Amino acid sequence: MPAPAKLHPLAPWATDIAQPLGAVVVFVVAWELICRVFHVPAYLVPTPSAIFTDTAQLAGPVAMHTLATTETVLLGFLTSVIVSLPLAVLITSSPAIANAVYPLLVVTQSIPKVALAPILVVIFGSNELPRVVVTFLVAFFPLVLSIAAGITSVPPELIELGRACKASRWRELWRIRLPYAVPFVFSGLKAAITLSVVGAVVGEFVNADRGLGYLIVTSTAFFRVPLAWGALVLLSILGIVLFQAVVIVERVFFPWAVDADKQTL
Amino acid sequence: MIVLERVAKTFVSRGGEEVAALADVSLQARRNEFVCLVGPSGCGKSTLLRLVAGLVAPTAGAVSIAGTAVTEPRADTGIVFQAPTLLPWATVLDNVLFPLDMMGKLDAAGRSRARDLLALVGLAGFEGKYPRELSGGMQQRAGICRALVHDPDILLMDEPFGALDALTREELTIEVMRIWRERPKTILFVTHSIPEAVLLADRVVVMSARPGRVAEIVEVNLPRPRDFDMEARREFQDSTHRIRTLIFGARHARAS
Repeated sequence: MPAPAKLHPLAPWATDIAQPLGAVVVFVVAWELICRVFHVPAYLVPTPSAIFTDTAQLAGPVAMHTLATTETVLLGFLTSVIVSLPLAVLITSSPAIANAVYPLLVVTQSIPKVALAPILVVIFGSNELPRVVVTFLVAFFPLVLSIAAGITSVPPELIELGRACKASRWRELWRIRLPYAVPFVFSGLKAAITLSVVGAVVGEFVNADRGLGYLIVTSTAFFRVPLAWGALVLLSILGIVLFQAVVIVERVFFPWAVDADKQTL
Repeated sequence: MIVLERVAKTFVSRGGEEVAALADVSLQARRNEFVCLVGPSGCGKSTLLRLVAGLVAPTAGAVSIAGTAVTEPRADTGIVFQAPTLLPWATVLDNVLFPLDMMGKLDAAGRSRARDLLALVGLAGFEGKYPRELSGGMQQRAGICRALVHDPDILLMDEPFGALDALTREELTIEVMRIWRERPKTILFVTHSIPEAVLLADRVVVMSARPGRVAEIVEVNLPRPRDFDMEARREFQDSTHRIRTLIFGARHARAS
C-alpha cells in the first residue's frame, strides 16, 4: 500500500505572494480572452494588452501624471496626519470640547467633496492647494476617529498607574495614551492613505492640468479609452503601493502594534 | 501604619444617583502586616484599595499612612492590578522600570533593583522579552515587580491572581509569601478566594456589601512559612469556616 501523501502547509511566500498574484494573472488572461472572443469594442472595454501598449507608448507623460497625483496624495495625506493628531488629542481632552467639535467634524464629512471642490478652486485659486485640501478633507475624518478611539481605549489601570506615579497629564499623554493608540493610529492611516487617492482624483477631476485623474478626463474626452483604463490601473497600483508602505512602516517601527492590531481590530 | 477612620465613599452615577460603595469603614494595618480583604462583589474592596492609594478621596472620614493623611498618590505605595496591564511596546525590564521612569527617578540603582526583582520572581533572562511573549502568570509576575521597583513600604494588590488558572494561582500565592518574607511590606490584598486569603493573611477583613462595611476581622493563627498543605489543618478550616459563615450565613457554610 503506498504511503498516504502528506499534506504540506504552503510556504509563507506561496500564500502571501503567489496565490494573490496567480489570481490576478487568471483574471487578466480571462479578461483578454473574453474581449477577443466576443469582439468587445475597445471604446467600451479595451483588452489588457491594448491598455498596456497605449499606456506604454506615452510612458514619459504618464509617469509625469503619476508623479503629480502621488504628490497630491502625499501632501493631502501628510496634512491629514498633521491635523488629525492634535485634533484627536483635543477631542479626547474633555467631554465639553468633544461635544463642541464633533458636530463640526460631522458637517465637514456630510458635505459632498465633489461639490465642494469647485468652490475650493474659487477660494484658493487654480493650483495645487485646492487639490490638497480636497484630499485632506476626504482622508482625515477616519484618522481622527481612530486616533481618538485609541487614546480613550487605554486600560484604566494604566491611567491609575500613571497617576499613582504622579505623572503629569502631558506625560500621561506621551508615555501612555499615544503609544497605546499606535495600533489604532495605523488602522486610521491605512484608511486615510486609501481615501487620499480618492480625494486627489476628485480634486484633479475638477481642476488640474496634470495627474492621473486629469489624464482620465482628457483621454476619455478624446476617446482614448485604453489610456484612461491605463490611468485607472496606475491609480489602483498607486493605492496598493502606498497602503503597503504604511503596512511596512508599522511592521518595521512598531512590530508590537501589528500583533495588537490583530487582537483588537 | 495604615489607618482608615470611619471612611465612607459615595459615587455619583451618570444619572445623578448616589451609590454608597463604602460606609463607616474603620481599619488598621500594622507595619509589615499582611491583610486580606474578602467579601462579595460590590462590597467596595477595590474602592478601599484606591482610597489607600490616594487615587480617590473619601466622602467622609480619613485615611492616613504613618500618621500622614492621604490626599494624593504617594511615592511609597505599589499597586498590582487584576490584569497585568503591561505596556505592549516595552520590554519586560522597561515595564518594570516604568514607575521609576514616570517619577523621573530612573537611575542605575533602579535598573539593578529591577533585575534583582525579576530574578526574585523567576523571570531572569526574560528582561528583553515583550509582554506578548510571556504567559499570563509570567506577565503578572512582571506586574508584581513593577509594583515593587521603587521599593514601596506598602503594596496594594487588587485581585492580582483573579485572571490566572488555578495552578498558576497557587504557585504565585506561594511566591507572594516568599517575596513578602524576603522584603517585608505592609500588604493589602483583595481576593475572592477564601482559602487564598486565609493562607496569605495575618488578618482577614471580611466585608459585607451594599454599602461596603467591615463585617468582622478574622485573625489567622497559622505558623509561617505557610504552604497549601496547611489547608488540612484545624486552624485553617476554622478560619475559612468562620469567613464563609460571615459571608453566606450559617446554613450555606455548613453545607459547603
